[in-house]
Amino acid sequence: MSISIHSISKTFGSYKALEDVSLEVPNGSLTALLGPSGSGKTTLLRIVAGLEFADDGPGKILFHGENVVDVPAGKRHVGFVFQHYALFKHMTVAENIAFGLSVLPRRERPNAEEITHRVHELLGLVKLDGLDKRRPHELSGGQRQRVALARALAIKPKVLLLDEPFGALDAQVRKDLRRWLRSFHDEIGLTTLFVTHDQEEALELADQVVVMRNARIEQVGSPQEIFDRPRTPFVYEFLGNVNKLQQPSGKVQYIRPHEIEVKFAAEFDPREDRLAVVQHLFSAGPIAALSVRLDDGQFLEVEISRKQLDELALSEGDQLALHFAADLVP
Amino acid sequence: MSKRRVIPGFGLSLGFSLVYLSLIILIPLSALFLKAAGLGWREWWNLLTSERVFAAAKLTFGASACAAATSTVLGLLVTWVLVRYRFTGRRLLDAMIDLPFALPTAVAGITLTAIYAPNGWLGEPLAKMGIKAAYNSIGVYIALTFIGFPFVVRTLQPVLEDFTKDTEEAAATLGAGRWVTFWRVIFPMMVPALITGFTLAFARAIGEYGSVIFISGNLPMKTEILPLLIVSQLEQYNVPAAAVIASAMLIVSFTLLFLINLLQRWLDWHKK
Repeated sequence: MSISIHSISKTFGSYKALEDVSLEVPNGSLTALLGPSGSGKTTLLRIVAGLEFADDGPGKILFHGENVVDVPAGKRHVGFVFQHYALFKHMTVAENIAFGLSVLPRRERPNAEEITHRVHELLGLVKLDGLDKRRPHELSGGQRQRVALARALAIKPKVLLLDEPFGALDAQVRKDLRRWLRSFHDEIGLTTLFVTHDQEEALELADQVVVMRNARIEQVGSPQEIFDRPRTPFVYEFLGNVNKLQQPSGKVQYIRPHEIEVKFAAEFDPREDRLAVVQHLFSAGPIAALSVRLDDGQFLEVEISRKQLDELALSEGDQLALHFAADLVP
Repeated sequence: MSKRRVIPGFGLSLGFSLVYLSLIILIPLSALFLKAAGLGWREWWNLLTSERVFAAAKLTFGASACAAATSTVLGLLVTWVLVRYRFTGRRLLDAMIDLPFALPTAVAGITLTAIYAPNGWLGEPLAKMGIKAAYNSIGVYIALTFIGFPFVVRTLQPVLEDFTKDTEEAAATLGAGRWVTFWRVIFPMMVPALITGFTLAFARAIGEYGSVIFISGNLPMKTEILPLLIVSQLEQYNVPAAAVIASAMLIVSFTLLFLINLLQRWLDWHKK
């Protein structure tokens, strides 16, 4: 089911959390809302879920063309997964997952047998078979988040909303769960919207990335588009490492560390290259990072492969020539 | 055996704890039991099965349990209002909760009596409705509720404040209405704190003396509570009898509190 957001605004007292935000989330897509804290991404997600209501005005939220802006959360049929899982601590895993089904009005409620069957089906889906009798405190963070996901899916939601779903997990678990979620999404094909402040997560996981800043959307596009063609300096700086270069004209230009070619100083070509001196070398891992000082005193971050570093036999204090492989993007 | 700790001083602090515990609690209690042991089993038995003691025990434990139960329900409601809503006068209300802690119990007793007596502000309308609210067991119950109520609020408050709203929001997105969310999500998580609050209010009520004696009327067999019975034995220089009643009261209270603790453990083990 597609989600259309039309000119939604939200103020908390005098604080503007969202200003006239519009967005299309295509059916079956996995869309990331990416931005720093305070950018309004979580507020937007909560408004889509019905946990928060937009300011009065022309704002509309359409689920497959149907306006749900005044529908309360419980009637929107959305699956919502919280950053800190929000599991019911006093219930077992099975009871947690069954909750949404057990609170249905009596005539819509499946019987106990059907509920048990559905719970086991979902446990299988999130790869937690056999843990149905456990309580949340007996599970690891990654397992809890998958229980929360199964619980959200039990009500057969029209859309799935995830608020910083991996935020509370350690790096390795986060990476595994991220990959798992991507294949899981491809398997079930449910329209999914998730919030993150981690650009790597958004770029790796999403079909569509929405970069937000100061209550507005800065740019929408595929991960490739966003990374390769950032439309504003903010997006440029927010997505990964970037060098800011002051031009003699006073303009600021951007170039990413891996887009700079490094050569021996002897190969310096005054028409195309710049001379620089190595200040620091960080050579742990497959990519070496150099911190260099340009001839005009500006500092740059440069990334080269370990192999190239060994070929150049660089050490701190050496002079080298830089060639900017990509055009400097304003 | 000596394990290094970040903050040393286990031996010293435990030693001090035991010394103070002995001076303030253990030694006086043993003295009490020693005094009571001066009487033989037969006298113990006769004293404790006497109608007067039995009636007083029934009133004390019965009214305390009813009052603690009322405090628990009332306390839950007040705590909910204090924690969940922001309104003018909230801080004032919050501060007022503790007044029964600070007020001399005799003052509380006299005030309650004046208000609930048949010619008092509240006693008069109640009397017209045929309800007598002072100089009987209802009066005792009112005084004990007044005394026990803050314990429940102060026990529940931090627990309820710690609840993050995402658990309730999760229930809401799953289609649960407010009522279902309260009964199936919030209430079960508060049960351990409710039991603790009940226990504290109950324990306090059993030992309460000052506020009750004014409002109860103190009729032997009818509105006499155990602490008063103990005092009246003392006034007649019947110290061993007073000690026996006090010891028995301690044993029963301890057993009850212990059972409640067990219940709570079982719930914790069961629910967590």
